[in-house]
Amino acid sequence: MDAAMDLMRRISPKQSETALSALLSLLPHHSADLLSQVDQPLQVCMDEESMKEFILCEYNRDADSYRSPWTNKYYPPLEDGPLPSIELRKLEVEANEVFAVYLDQYYEGGVSSVYLWEDDNQGFVACFLIKKDGSKTGHGRRGYLQEGSWDAIHVIEVGPEEEGTARYCLTSTIMLSLTTENKPSGTFNLSGSIRRQMNLNLSVAEGHLCNMGRMIEEMEGKLRNSLDQVYFGKTREMVCTLRPPPEGVQMRLPESRSI
Amino acid sequence: MADGGDDADEAAAELTDKQKKEIAKWFLTNAPAGEINYVAKDIRSLLGNDRVYEAAAAEAFPIYNKSHLVALEMPDRSGDVIITPYGELDKCNYFDPRTMQVATVDHMKQVCTKVRAATDEELPSSYVEEFRIALDNELVKYVSETYPKGICAVYCTGGKHVEGPGADFGFAIIISAAKHSPQNFCNGSWRSSWSVDFKDDLQLVELKGKMQVGAHYFEEGNVQLDANNECKDSTIFQSPEDCAISITNMIRHRETEYMTSLEASYLNLPDTTFKDLRRKLPVTRTLFPWHSTFQFSLNRDLAKDLGIGK
Repeated sequence: MDAAMDLMRRISPKQSETALSALLSLLPHHSADLLSQVDQPLQVCMDEESMKEFILCEYNRDADSYRSPWTNKYYPPLEDGPLPSIELRKLEVEANEVFAVYLDQYYEGGVSSVYLWEDDNQGFVACFLIKKDGSKTGHGRRGYLQEGSWDAIHVIEVGPEEEGTARYCLTSTIMLSLTTENKPSGTFNLSGSIRRQMNLNLSVAEGHLCNMGRMIEEMEGKLRNSLDQVYFGKTREMVCTLRPPPEGVQMRLPESRSI
Repeated sequence: MADGGDDADEAAAELTDKQKKEIAKWFLTNAPAGEINYVAKDIRSLLGNDRVYEAAAAEAFPIYNKSHLVALEMPDRSGDVIITPYGELDKCNYFDPRTMQVATVDHMKQVCTKVRAATDEELPSSYVEEFRIALDNELVKYVSETYPKGICAVYCTGGKHVEGPGADFGFAIIISAAKHSPQNFCNGSWRSSWSVDFKDDLQLVELKGKMQVGAHYFEEGNVQLDANNECKDSTIFQSPEDCAISITNMIRHRETEYMTSLEASYLNLPDTTFKDLRRKLPVTRTLFPWHSTFQFSLNRDLAKDLGIGK
């Protein structure tokens, strides 16, 4: 497994799907481990009743069907597919509505889905998903990107409530790829994936959704920032090491502005 | 044990050695710059079958070494031989035009084991060689000024035996710079190749170039840059020295221009290109009002509600 995970951080993130399927065929005994540790680009499906798209993942899958968060129905239809409890479903509906607004404000387009399910320790698990196509032909408002994808996966384990507080364990993964292409400067692609964790004990006075939402918002901001400043910055540093700018011309570092 | 363990066993049994070899070869040839040995170690342990690994590596290393323009030090310390299709005589013998030697290489160990002097038949005519040497001299100056770890070579690709004016000939120029810094989780490479066609009838020298830049940063993540560009230029057919200077000037100009555009792409990231994926702050420019989400859910018209809330 260590060797497989090392390969996944070496092979280009653009080729992660091919790499994963190759590893799965090579290591069938580790398929469950591989599928849980290696994140793949998200897929979407149309909920024909609500005419809204939803995101597919392991957490809303049963057999070959996936549950839509909009109607609580499986596509393709499945009898006796597991459903969250009535109480949890109520929270799921609310989470989906609110997260759709969050999506609109930060992403200006894209698809979001939230899935909730009971876990074994009297708490529950929530999975918040975002898929954004930022290309010119997708949801890119500004039309700079020939190709641009951003997939965010946030899984939060929420522990049982004790004396008004609960423990929240968040694991977030961002996978992205962006390509610009124009005549004089050629094709420029950056792709990557990073995963981080955050654990907090929080008062549940304002409700779980509020706590989970703030954690996700903070985490996404941090991940976006470190991709931009650290990860992209390191590749840029490397390019400047290979071909240093002429002496006297100091490279201007991108300033972090508030917007 | 994975779900559906029985199916998995069957699938594993069905995977032939040939398929395993193809998978291993795919990983090896797709290794980022400077990382094939790490990938090799991983894939070797995953396969658990040295025979399959050796077969895959024997095919993959030559492909990787050529596409990454790997430079190997020649044992007589006369310089580096670049592994490129332009200098390839056969699977493990590569011509180094500057020292006029043929180097025998071990692809899998990435070392050069011996060298011999090239035969007359392997060398271009003295007429063509005069142009080639002049160009090589100019390029060495440019590359050493520009790329701290850069190497270059000029190969004759056509008209090798042209003895004097009246016929066409051509060169391939290879410029390669790599930086491997595994302790800092960072590797990168700059590769450019230029074809130079000396057209006798038109008295023109045509230049076509391809530049490829890659960088990989993988500390607690995996982020890669993959950029490339192509361009064309031309100049008039002159004396060997004048051609060398004008060709090198065109390359310097084009590569500098490309470097500037790479810088521009990076500068545009934070506030323009990246914004089309995700904004730094919401359209409202304040953090998302999670505390009032209870009200949202009471009101169906969420967007409108937010408008008022702002």
